[in-house]
Amino acid sequence: MPPKVDREKCDGCKAEKESLCEQICPGDLMTLAEDKKAYCRMPRDCWDCMSCIKACPKGALETRIPYQLGYHVAKLIPMMGTNTITWTCIDINGKVERFQYINRGMLD
Amino acid sequence: MAEKIPKSLNEIQTEVIATDLLIIGGGNAGCFAAYEAKTKNPSLRVTIMEKAHISRSGATAAGMDAINTFIRTDKGETPEKLVKWSRAQVGGGPIREDLALSNAELLNETVELLEEWGLPIVKDEDGHYKLRGRWDISIQGEQLKPIMAEKAMEVGAQVFNRVVATNLLMDGDRCVGAMGFGVRDGKFYVFHSKATIVSTGGACGIYKSPVTDYSGAHHQTWMCPFNVGTGYAIGIRGAAEMTSMEQRWIAIRTKDFCGPVDTISVAFGCMITNAKGERVMEVRYKDVGGDKAARFYRLNAPMTEWLEGRGPTYVDTTILSSEEAKDLREDLLNERPSFVLFLASRGHDITKEPVEIYGSDPYIVGGHTGSGYWVDMKRMTTVPGLFAAGETAGGNPNKFVGGCAVEGRLSARGAVDYIEKTTLPPLDTKQVEKEKERVFAPFIRGPEFDGVNPMEMEERMQRLMDEYAGGIHQFYRMNEERLDHALKNIKMLQDQTKYLYAKDIHSLMSAHEVSDRLDVAEVLVHHLKYRKETRWPGWQTRMDYPEVDPDMDCFVESVRDPKTGEIKIFKRPFKQLIPGDRTKA
Ligand SMILES: Cc1cc2nc3c(=O)[nH]c(=O)nc-3n(C[C@H](O)[C@H](O)[C@H](O)COP(=O)(O)OP(=O)(O)OC[C@H]3O[C@@H](n4cnc5c(N)ncnc54)[C@H](O)[C@@H]3O)c2cc1C
Ligand code: SF4
Ligand code: SF4
Repeated sequence: MPPKVDREKCDGCKAEKESLCEQICPGDLMTLAEDKKAYCRMPRDCWDCMSCIKACPKGALETRIPYQLGYHVAKLIPMMGTNTITWTCIDINGKVERFQYINRGMLD
Repeated sequence: MAEKIPKSLNEIQTEVIATDLLIIGGGNAGCFAAYEAKTKNPSLRVTIMEKAHISRSGATAAGMDAINTFIRTDKGETPEKLVKWSRAQVGGGPIREDLALSNAELLNETVELLEEWGLPIVKDEDGHYKLRGRWDISIQGEQLKPIMAEKAMEVGAQVFNRVVATNLLMDGDRCVGAMGFGVRDGKFYVFHSKATIVSTGGACGIYKSPVTDYSGAHHQTWMCPFNVGTGYAIGIRGAAEMTSMEQRWIAIRTKDFCGPVDTISVAFGCMITNAKGERVMEVRYKDVGGDKAARFYRLNAPMTEWLEGRGPTYVDTTILSSEEAKDLREDLLNERPSFVLFLASRGHDITKEPVEIYGSDPYIVGGHTGSGYWVDMKRMTTVPGLFAAGETAGGNPNKFVGGCAVEGRLSARGAVDYIEKTTLPPLDTKQVEKEKERVFAPFIRGPEFDGVNPMEMEERMQRLMDEYAGGIHQFYRMNEERLDHALKNIKMLQDQTKYLYAKDIHSLMSAHEVSDRLDVAEVLVHHLKYRKETRWPGWQTRMDYPEVDPDMDCFVESVRDPKTGEIKIFKRPFKQLIPGDRTKA
């Protein structure tokens, strides 16, 4: 379901010509509201691909599972490194797990 | 971004771009096509027209955890054996063995290119790519799409992001480019090219997804919901021959959240079970290969369990240790990360409880099954100057990441040869003006127009297809009368596209998406009607013709007459090149 926007953290990507979440969404769903904060224009149409989440420099976006499908509240947060990605997953019981691995370069 | 609604066509700027090679859709196949064309001839002008942003577009936007096909020659595997397997996966075909073989021959070197470009591929102790099934190799492919995109740009392809193709540009019977509009700048684009490759992926969203009902999560689909079949639609409208559209791809997926099952069952050895704890494939489908049965059986079997009162169905993950379960979820993070979040939102420990599975909505995807353009060995369609690759090209199933990449390259080789022998005819401005008018019509009508919004029409079409043309809610079953009903209403919907209105450019895109889907749906229903037999239960189940008809051991083809709109349907013979039992891998 559409990314939840933390309106405190989102700065509308001031320095960019076009905000990064808007640039990247494969479905053309993310855009800026009049107040220069991001929002998803068609919540029903999000694919949950998490591309916008990965692109956001402020960590202002979060994918949420709709309540009809899952319970409140689980989190999955990607952190993009140079050649690595680190995911933090917190389930509804508060169990935290971390996954870190190389996403670019040759593996032995 | 609030755009100004133009009051007349004159307010809309037209950009004309002349080029040598136009690639419509900078996805997996499209990026490889650009790479190949530029490598073969660096002086060529290569232009990519991309609906989204090339860095994260199409099927591979979220990443990948595997390349489903690689030929481990050290294990005695060969291109011929891969084709044999592919043929068996679609129940013995028919498939285009000529195309499949040429793809297989270039497969390994293409996958190795990806590694060279920076894709981490997992190795075994001997330094070979690590197998997770017979053909599929594991990758840490979170960055797969950015890697392919960077390569296409590095070799010098000119990329137009956020430009949506709406129709081919024709010179008589020959394709000389494509037209479309900019989703950001609102301009009308004309790409005038000596050769064109169409690689817009498959068609998702023709049918209603099973999750739509109960969540408003309209795009809980497996295939990329932003690939709507435009590549097929522009060919259908341009009188190109389409093949095997009735061979729909439908997969068994995790229930309530469309997540992968192959990763769990093939790579981690978790078997399909039912409510009674029976191993469904082993108990009831041993004669067709059990757990290694063709793909449509692995869909149809669990759905039949539901129908016959033995649902729910599962993949039994309780055999996994906690380390294996973590490895599995790491793989899932590379391909469908939000599924890991879904499991967390259920507090689901997969080592204690199995994962529930259910069928997906049907897709038309020529990278998985045989649907798409009929092409020759150079990947040229029946329209001169128009080439097809990836999910858009038909006859050659089970391509996936590696095969779509190869086909991108092969189509580029074909196109480069073609370009050398041709010149660019003058631009037909009348055709351009006509398309511009068609494209912007819903926009010019504006938000106050008393008409139909694209979403209403999309939902109407999806429910129609679901109920009458074999969707998930009918357990994929259909009969002649229902298909006739579907066709009649598709015709009405097509006629009603004249009432579509758009309130902004995004909804203008939606208006064209539903129109394109309708054109694909119409051809699809004609194909489903023509195959009066049941060859691939689940993918194509005719309740009124439940048996295989030996006379239908052939390709079903169609061409739409652009003047009358009539769809001509006919057969092409199947040619077996690789001997042996066609249903055996
Ligand atoms: C979730 C998922 C998981 C998968 N997992 C695996 C796996 O593990 N291993 C494997 O081998 N395969 C896997 N596949 C299959 C594989 O990803 C596809 O078969 C392959 O990538 C398709 O390549 P393509 O180039 O044909 O299409 P895509 O890569 O989808 O490219 C189509 C491009 O065309 C663009 N486009 C669409 N319409 C228009 C238009 N009108 N104008 C301009 N541009 C347009 C799109 O934005 C996109 O960039 C998976 C697919 C999905 C969806
Ligand atoms: S990328 Fe992040 S900071 Fe930038 S506009 Fe989007 S949500 Fe806001
Ligand atoms: S998760 Fe993907 S589809 Fe959804 S808004 Fe973000 S980028 Fe777009």
